[in-house]
Amino acid sequence: MKKAVLILTFAGLLLTGPTCPPGQAASWSGVDETVIEKFAEKAGRTAREPFINTDQGDLLLFVFLVAGIVGGFIGGYNFRTLFPPRRGVGDEKDV
Amino acid sequence: MDRIWTKKRTVSRFAAVLAVVTGALASLPSPAFAMHISEGLLPASWAVLWYIVAIPFVALGLRELQRRNEEFPYFKPLVGLVGAAVFLISCMPIPVPTAGTCSHPCGTGIAAILIGPGLTVVVASIALTLQALFLAHGGLTTLGANIVSMGVVGSYVGFGAWLIARRVGIPWIAAAFLAGLLSDWATYAMTSFELTAALHGAGSFSAMFSLILIAFVPTQLPLGILEGILCAGALHFVRSRKPELLQMAAAGGAT
Repeated sequence: MKKAVLILTFAGLLLTGPTCPPGQAASWSGVDETVIEKFAEKAGRTAREPFINTDQGDLLLFVFLVAGIVGGFIGGYNFRTLFPPRRGVGDEKDV
Repeated sequence: MDRIWTKKRTVSRFAAVLAVVTGALASLPSPAFAMHISEGLLPASWAVLWYIVAIPFVALGLRELQRRNEEFPYFKPLVGLVGAAVFLISCMPIPVPTAGTCSHPCGTGIAAILIGPGLTVVVASIALTLQALFLAHGGLTTLGANIVSMGVVGSYVGFGAWLIARRVGIPWIAAAFLAGLLSDWATYAMTSFELTAALHGAGSFSAMFSLILIAFVPTQLPLGILEGILCAGALHFVRSRKPELLQMAAAGGAT
């Protein structure tokens, strides 16, 4: 019951509809563009290209992929060290 | 039989690692919608100032890392797991339909409860540096400001909320929810402060600060709630599977 209420509350919160202007689709830009850069531009500052610019074509997808693999592996490896699988009743006979 | 058991264990370990990697990949394949302050947005003097503010916290965290490494078993894997989680969570764009935009949780609330705020600053700094260098996410000139908002303010506010909530007798699950929620909101409040301080010019500080803060609300209000739920869920998992890990929490009776 508690879980259902939590899920419904959260779903309701997320699905109340985008508040973007009528007739205009949600852009799904990050808040860096919609908030941070918007205010910075008003104040006369514009974002510069990163020193190592991986935001070129599909290069960024590749870098994110590698980051996901490395981060996921490190997380998974340490997770298995900290939380080894529980042995079932039947498994004990095998040892 | 030993061999069969070892084989079973290897297969299940491989499956778990694969599941985590797949999950991480599924969450990351979209273009970077960075939510940290981008490269070049802060004037040089402000960029330097935020580095000066951040450095002592990072140094304190590194000293704590050395001290606690000798004190607790399981310390390294816990810091490794939390570090990977903060890195993945903080570069994971989550679409928020209420706003039509994307943003990311920070993971610093749960990290602060599990490894303490000092060490959370260290893992957040590493995550932010990697993102600034290779993921076009944030920037090197704005790294100090991003460490202060996400690493320092996020973790200390989250940990403070947890500590105070526990001291006044709030149940641990609600305390964890509050820690996640407030760490997220505090991070974006601090980002607003940093932007306003550097860019308000001759205009009113409070007017610009409130405007930026209000602009964050449609996205960060639901995301903060999501972060609170994630924080409470993660703590519930640790409490039920390995409560002894919570003894490593810096203070405050995480159990």
